[in-house]
Amino acid sequence: MSLPKKDLIKGTGIPVMENDIDTDRIIPARFMKTVTFDGLGNYAFYDARFHEDGSSKGHPFDDPRYRGGSILITGRNFGCGSSREHAPQALQKYGIEAIIGESFAEIFIGNCTSIGIPCVSLNKEDVESLAQLVQENPGTEIQIDLVNKQVRTPEENFYLEINESFRKSLAEGTWDTTAALLQNKEKIEEVYRNLAYIKGFVA
Amino acid sequence: MAKNLFNKVWDMHCVGRLSSGQDQLFIGLHLIHEVTSPQAFQMLRERGLGVLHPERTFATVDHIVPTASQSRPFSDPLAEAMMQALEKNTKEFGIEFFSLDTDYQGIVHIIGPELGLTQPGMTIACGDSHTATHGAFGAIAFGIGTSQIRDVLATQTMAINRPKVRQIYIKGELQKGVFAKDIILRIMADLGVEGGLGYAYEYTGPTVSRLTMEERMTICNMSIEGGARVGYMNPDQTTFDYLQGRRYSPKGAEFDRAVQFWKDLASPPDAEYDDRFELDASSIEPMVTWGINPGHGIGVTQNMPRVADAPEHEREGIKKAYAHMNFKEGAPILGQKIDVAFIGSCTNGRISDLRDAARVVKGRKVASGVRAFVVPGSKQVARQAREEGLDRIFQEAGFEFRGAGCSMCLAMNPDKLKDDEISASSSNRNFIGRQGSPRGRTLLMSPAMVAAAAVNGRVVDVREYL
Ligand code: SF4
Repeated sequence: MSLPKKDLIKGTGIPVMENDIDTDRIIPARFMKTVTFDGLGNYAFYDARFHEDGSSKGHPFDDPRYRGGSILITGRNFGCGSSREHAPQALQKYGIEAIIGESFAEIFIGNCTSIGIPCVSLNKEDVESLAQLVQENPGTEIQIDLVNKQVRTPEENFYLEINESFRKSLAEGTWDTTAALLQNKEKIEEVYRNLAYIKGFVA
Repeated sequence: MAKNLFNKVWDMHCVGRLSSGQDQLFIGLHLIHEVTSPQAFQMLRERGLGVLHPERTFATVDHIVPTASQSRPFSDPLAEAMMQALEKNTKEFGIEFFSLDTDYQGIVHIIGPELGLTQPGMTIACGDSHTATHGAFGAIAFGIGTSQIRDVLATQTMAINRPKVRQIYIKGELQKGVFAKDIILRIMADLGVEGGLGYAYEYTGPTVSRLTMEERMTICNMSIEGGARVGYMNPDQTTFDYLQGRRYSPKGAEFDRAVQFWKDLASPPDAEYDDRFELDASSIEPMVTWGINPGHGIGVTQNMPRVADAPEHEREGIKKAYAHMNFKEGAPILGQKIDVAFIGSCTNGRISDLRDAARVVKGRKVASGVRAFVVPGSKQVARQAREEGLDRIFQEAGFEFRGAGCSMCLAMNPDKLKDDEISASSSNRNFIGRQGSPRGRTLLMSPAMVAAAAVNGRVVDVREYL
């Protein structure tokens, strides 16, 4: 499968500056009653965005100033909780192409990477200054450069951190893992045949 | 320095290093359920791929099953469609499915161990973050997303970064009325909800050695709430005794060989760790969460935190928690009124949990105005509870005794909080909206504490009821 390279992502930001945003918040469980990922974009952050009567709570995802934004800016431990890939899928279908935060939960970051959404970390001060810049000038173009490991705005450059294997696979367009895994079929079978519990624990 | 169990098991299953730098890890046991797997099967079809080792994958249905009436078709057409998709997928790809028609259906993390599928030294993956539960047996078990389910189905392997290992050494005698749930809630409160990012947790020490398998599972289960994707314990005689005679456990001479192999896996005394944390279990009180993440736990006799007293980086989160919970800063949690009592989930839906709760409930009545229900974690747990007469104890007290499933742990079935109701819950997550109402509020605690809260209509100290 040939995939686009995610070496340089450009877009405007949507700041959702909170810590410990869990995947139940990103996509409440009741919207996961489906056998596909289609249509999930409508439900991203649903309960944080809408009152029970459907009126808007003024969440950044509905703030006209950030309309068209594709880079989510957030705090610490984003995506904690459930392993649901529905969460990154909902964000992607809403239009999010990359996430900048202080830190990310591990299963979440793996899920994002496997569907081509880079999650990059900046230190606390840098995230806050980036969020402030976007709040003051919502149309500001942000660039995420995975080759030079930088987040760039017209005003400032920040050094970003990302797990090296995630960086490499996103930048090179090899983040869909199935093909790479399948290449080692013989080695897979060898490991399999040698496992104690497959061999009946006979040495 | 010697290798710990984690690294031994990982190395046995490592197929090689991928060009991305990640390891390709063989998955010895793959468990699936109806919520996170249908899209993975769809991806296989779109790519013309099959399932490489269908005999290493097992399926059950848990998240969406109604627990009041389980007759088909389900009254919720969306739930019915998910059920049908799983039936179709398991049939088409030749995967064993413990459906509602079998005696073995239940929450995926409950049935793996009780069937003997979960064994020491395996790598276990499931599209569910509480997969670390299986680590109680000395397996390396972790949650994965749907794209990774696709990979495991297609290749029986997945791409993953090797985490570091933190030893959590627990010593000291537990006080009466303090349970495994309290240990893990205390660890979350001490280390924080992101303290485990990048780590696998090895829980060890004299207190852990004395715990039963069910208690061990409760602790490993909630590792993810502290950010650790993996939590495990070293296998010992307790583990082997539990496994003997289970449906999928090795039998006869093979079992004896297995025990020898499993013993050798345990981390030796001089094993190496990347980090270490020590906890004195005798200092733990029954725990209750007051806020909106599992790290917001306090001893039942303590007061809720004041924003001004909290470290600066936590204040924002604590303010958010108060805004949602509508509690008063610095107030006691003891005496807080509740509306719902829920006993169940993969954390605390096993037979010992039901026994602990029944002991408190026996001869007492659920307080008026409280909706109370018990949802066994599996059909086998339900059957055992009936044999022991626990169902009657609960029902006579005014609890409902339901069919097996996840139920109000995440409210994908009809069991939900209404409006801003407060539940005392034996589950694992108190996230905003988790129990089905965007304004609902969840207090996490042990099953015995939930039982005591149910009969009082408010949070009480279970130590006074034993
Ligand atoms: S009981 Fe709760 S945490 Fe456990 S698998 Fe079900 S929904 Fe997930």
